[in-house]
Amino acid sequence: MTTPLLHRVAETDRRPVRFTLDGQPAEGLEGDTVMTAMLTNGARLRTAEFGHGPRAGFCVMGACQDCWVRTEDGTRLRGCSTFLTEGMRLLSGEGAP
Amino acid sequence: MTEPLRPVIVGAGPAGVRAAERLVAAGLRPVVIDEAARWGGQIYRQPPEGFRRPKSALYGFEAGKAGALHAAMAAILPDVDYRPRALVWNVEAGALDVLRDGRTGVVSYSHLILATGATDRVLPFPGWTTPGVFTLGGAQVALKFQGCTVGRRVAFLGTGPLLYLVAYQYAKAGAEVAAVLDTATTLDQARAAPGLLRDPTTFAKGLWYVGWLRAHGVPLRTGVRPVRVEGGERVAALVWRRGAREERTGCDAVAFGLGLRSETQLADLAGCRFRFEAMDRAWLPERDAAGRTSVPGVYVAGDGAGISGADAAELAGERAALALLEDAGLPADPARAAAIEARLAAVARFRQALARAFPFPVDWAEGIADDTPVCRCEEVTAGTLRAAVADGSAREMNRLKALTRVGMGRCQGRMCAAAAAELLAQALGTGPEAVGRLRSQPPVKPLPVAAGVSHDEAAE
Amino acid sequence: MIEHLDTDVAVVGGGIVGGSAALFLRRMRFGVVLLERDWCGAKASGVNFGGVRRQGRPLEQLPLAQRAHTLWGRLPELVGSDCEYLRSGHLKLARSEADLDSLIAYRDRAEGFGLGLEIIAGVAFRERWPALGERALGGSLCPEDGHANPRLVSPAFARAAAALGAVVREQTPVDAVDRDGARFVLRSGDRLEVRARYVLNVSGAWSGRLAAAFGEPVPLESGHPCMAVTEPLPGFLDVNIGVEGGGVYGRQVARGNVVVGGGRGFALDADRARPQRDAVVTLMADAAELFPQLRGAHVIRCWSGVEGYTPDRNPVIGPSATTTGLFHAFGFSGAGFQIGPAVGEALAELVRDGRSSAPLDAFRIDRFLKQKDRGGAAA
Repeated sequence: MTTPLLHRVAETDRRPVRFTLDGQPAEGLEGDTVMTAMLTNGARLRTAEFGHGPRAGFCVMGACQDCWVRTEDGTRLRGCSTFLTEGMRLLSGEGAP
Repeated sequence: MTEPLRPVIVGAGPAGVRAAERLVAAGLRPVVIDEAARWGGQIYRQPPEGFRRPKSALYGFEAGKAGALHAAMAAILPDVDYRPRALVWNVEAGALDVLRDGRTGVVSYSHLILATGATDRVLPFPGWTTPGVFTLGGAQVALKFQGCTVGRRVAFLGTGPLLYLVAYQYAKAGAEVAAVLDTATTLDQARAAPGLLRDPTTFAKGLWYVGWLRAHGVPLRTGVRPVRVEGGERVAALVWRRGAREERTGCDAVAFGLGLRSETQLADLAGCRFRFEAMDRAWLPERDAAGRTSVPGVYVAGDGAGISGADAAELAGERAALALLEDAGLPADPARAAAIEARLAAVARFRQALARAFPFPVDWAEGIADDTPVCRCEEVTAGTLRAAVADGSAREMNRLKALTRVGMGRCQGRMCAAAAAELLAQALGTGPEAVGRLRSQPPVKPLPVAAGVSHDEAAE
Repeated sequence: MIEHLDTDVAVVGGGIVGGSAALFLRRMRFGVVLLERDWCGAKASGVNFGGVRRQGRPLEQLPLAQRAHTLWGRLPELVGSDCEYLRSGHLKLARSEADLDSLIAYRDRAEGFGLGLEIIAGVAFRERWPALGERALGGSLCPEDGHANPRLVSPAFARAAAALGAVVREQTPVDAVDRDGARFVLRSGDRLEVRARYVLNVSGAWSGRLAAAFGEPVPLESGHPCMAVTEPLPGFLDVNIGVEGGGVYGRQVARGNVVVGGGRGFALDADRARPQRDAVVTLMADAAELFPQLRGAHVIRCWSGVEGYTPDRNPVIGPSATTTGLFHAFGFSGAGFQIGPAVGEALAELVRDGRSSAPLDAFRIDRFLKQKDRGGAAA
């Protein structure tokens, strides 16, 4: 597994929340944002549209718009300001063109 | 009969909360609209429900102030029309367009206090879009709001008080601080020291963080410029230089910021006149000492009106509310207003000293390599911007945007406009005050198309 | 001190018409001074939807539109860049049998102009454009129509003219135009005076003042479209879309963003406009119905512009009815982008030959004068 980008250092005794990341089962914690859930399980949120690189957020406060995440049903979520909910099916763009 | 007053406050940080508190004290029931789920703003941002760390762990020396602000809002909640998780995406003809729970509706106002805050000011360098590079404020939010660090071994780059504060908070949280790399020089800081002593408490706190980091063996360097982030798919190292000498700091994350920049889009859409402020090196809404803008009934307060810090924001929020009361012909408190203005003037003098201690790196623009992306959204490079200037087409920011797409993407120039203005000015041999500013356009943040399908018909 | 310039042709307005007129005049070796109040292509020419469309125009515009079509195909040669111009096709949708009938009727009337219109309906339509929503029954395709980036095209004409020796002055409003014998004298504040044998009045929604100053007022009104663009999306739309009867229109650019338009904006002042909130909300709903792919997407920017509208929605193009050497081209009523380069070329021909090889009779300025004169005589 990829070493995650974010590391939990506090508040770890929260209820687990299950979701899928690129189709694989994954787990976050209640109160996680989509960004936290994805980046404690991986190292990317999406692929930049006009370059070739992955992106993983930048400002974490809803200004830079770097952390928009796509779900399997085509919905788009701003990772830093959307809370994780049970059963979300999130895509990181890993392996996608 | 006169229309009833309908004051609306945008933002529930230090300025917004204190403005609301003052209006409630005067018997009004303000609408408070905030993007966050809970009040406090960025600096006193509250973790989600169910998180358990005490305020002392979250806010350090500022725990008392944070607690007081949180309590102040809690106390007035019954008397406030509070709308969290709501984005104001447009201002038109005395009303706001507000997106909440996926629906957009219209909120009219008789008076509007914009307390929209600030985010980190950034400039591009090679590799700054690599996963693991976050803003200083972003690194702090991850820790405060989510209990996470952005890496195990983090390099802190940039300038300003936040640089040392966040590095300290990370070290205390158990992360390894690889280095603190300040773009300011020791000479800048020495020269500013007399001015900083105007606020000895704040100055002492700053020195304390620096002393703590040094005592714990963290490398502190000044006069630094970034060279590049190494890694590609994720951060492996930060290469930087002092003068001509390059050094490499191995790390898995970089936290980066050059002070703060004000969120001014709504003031622009509301029609407020702007002026270039040399200290902020930015275009800001014109305002008087009370926060009145050029548009009657529209006020700005806190960092969204120019960077002054959280203490000043609390004062400015209250002052704007008093101005609103005065302008509406209601009993205000002239003595309190005068006292606040005097304190804000003192803060302004202290901010001058801070700006000298942590100056904006004015030589940065000329050093940005042509292949460096300036606009993160549209991935417009410095070379593209320079080419549009070189062929004579772009002499002003909106032209540069039209021709190159810089500032045209999702973030509407929040992350790139400062850099683009510096590059344009540098290429033209002038200063950023001479190249204009990007016009704000609705929606100020991305608006779901689906909101149009399920919008609220009637104005509330 | 005031600067004096002496030239053959003074062009008032640096939009797509003024820029292309300046370019073609330079290719004919006329001296040209172009004066632009703002930046070249900063107004309607540069902020319009970007449709490069002949289909749906009144028949009297089609000869010019056909000439423009050829010029668009030569963009790289003319201005040094393709400006993201794509011959994607323009598909005009029918949402009812009556709409389909009117598309068929237009195809029949436009038969002789060479647009190559194809009516496609029913199963063939669904198979060809499965991405389009359910409401359209069919449509009329103009295969060689398309779209381009107006922010690039319109400034490019003025820049190309400058590269050929035209004097292009931006941030230079024209405050007064007077006659001095056989020459015109144009003044911009106390900075610049231009003397010229010919004047082209090509300043879009702001052209009415100069026409009126020479005794031929035109009932020109400003209109403000409402447009929006989404974040970049995977490609799903390879054709520029309009709807019979108007309403919503849309195109997807090569980078993936979908540009949509429909409804009106409002004037902030004489120079600037912004979309109306209701128009934005309606536009999003209409666009989501037309393009189901947009339902999960976000609008990242809305904008408007200032366009000059005439009562009959046809432009004024041609010589002044009162003043030798003065030529007008304005009032394109929201549809000047595609024919702009051909209008510029026609103006250059008028200067050189006194006539244009394209029929311009329908666009005479005195069609408005006559009504007024008749009214005056009756009173």
